[in-house]
Amino acid sequence: MNEPTPVHTTPSNKIIVTMGLVASICGVLIVAAYESTQDAIANNKRIMVERAVFKVLPGAAKVSEYVATPSGIQALTGNVPDGGVKFYAAYDSAGALKGIAAEAAGKGYADMVRVLYGYDTQCQCIIGIGVVSMRETPGIGDKIITDKEFLKNFDALDVRVNAEMSALMNAVKVVKHGTKQNAWEIDAIAGATVTTKAVGRGINESAQKLLPLLVPHVAELKP
Amino acid sequence: MSLKKEADEGITFDTFMEGVWRQNPVFVMVLGMCPTLAVTVSAVNAVSMGVATLFVLVSSCLLVSLIRNLVPKEVRIATYIVIIATFVTLVDYIIQAVSLSLYEALGAFIQLIVVNCIILGRAEAHASKNPPLKAVINAMGMGIGFTIGLLALGATREILGAGKLFGFSLFGEHFQPWVVMVLPPGGFFVLGGWLLLFSHMRSRSEKGAAHE
Repeated sequence: MNEPTPVHTTPSNKIIVTMGLVASICGVLIVAAYESTQDAIANNKRIMVERAVFKVLPGAAKVSEYVATPSGIQALTGNVPDGGVKFYAAYDSAGALKGIAAEAAGKGYADMVRVLYGYDTQCQCIIGIGVVSMRETPGIGDKIITDKEFLKNFDALDVRVNAEMSALMNAVKVVKHGTKQNAWEIDAIAGATVTTKAVGRGINESAQKLLPLLVPHVAELKP
Repeated sequence: MSLKKEADEGITFDTFMEGVWRQNPVFVMVLGMCPTLAVTVSAVNAVSMGVATLFVLVSSCLLVSLIRNLVPKEVRIATYIVIIATFVTLVDYIIQAVSLSLYEALGAFIQLIVVNCIILGRAEAHASKNPPLKAVINAMGMGIGFTIGLLALGATREILGAGKLFGFSLFGEHFQPWVVMVLPPGGFFVLGGWLLLFSHMRSRSEKGAAHE
């Protein structure tokens, strides 16, 4: 840059050859790295999903991925089709259906709060949640992981589907701290309302979409 | 030829220590501040980011130095960027294969190693003018210096902001975490503190040298 204007310039074919050579070496390196890490990455992803599902459905031992569409449910292969909702079916070690887990996301204070909820087909209720990812303020928003009183909301959160199988009988709602009256309400954490509302809205949205598609076909989930 | 002369100079201890101490990328040159401030919320994140950067720095400096006589100077920066981007992609895959939770904690800052000015700076200012061994030793020093810088910030922020170090609780249950330290502003506070300490030390040693 500080040198005087160059008197001679490199011929462009030399430039092209050099760039091509460097690009080919780099391409080979990337492909090699991709091929050699692919299995480990897929394995890691599977372990992560399993760990998350086992947390919201205690006692589960095996997880399969399914997708629910208006035409029924089937095992997930490849990408989720349009209008489909992905969910996980969890079985215990004897092979009996332990419950369903699905992901919910709501806009929180800093970014999307993504949670996984466990759904029990017997009581038609949500029996546990776990946070998949969030960037909420430490000490305030992250109470949704630690606050025992808040987590009690998800011991048996009512998400029954109405008779027409079109929506939930009662929408999941976040109410002011200390005013929970019905089984489908979530008692907010005082001081972390934005984050709790994100969780509630996310669960409502996901359950409204998934459960009406899933409930009529639950019996098909026997392994 | 100044280039030739520089290349002929032997490898000294200073080739390595330049980056660790005298030209430390974080505390002296104040380069690469984006990952420095963003990922240093815990010591583990800081060290992982430092090691990832170290790997990219050393490998790309090696390759740049090996092909330094082949690359026409008109396209040298483009070539360096391609090489750096390649190694960043490798690191990206390797970190995903090692630990997905670490990958999520570091987030976009792994890909952003491409634009870390320490790496392009080393490739342009040192590796392109020096033989491979010397370039690698110098890059290693810089990378270690960067890692030390990140660790200094990460450890301070984790101790103050969470009462832990490398995930182990230090002060027991009654510690009230100084939460702001693990939030973005805390990064600036802690970095400011370290820079203050380093410039104080430097001005003292300069004064001492002037007296002699």
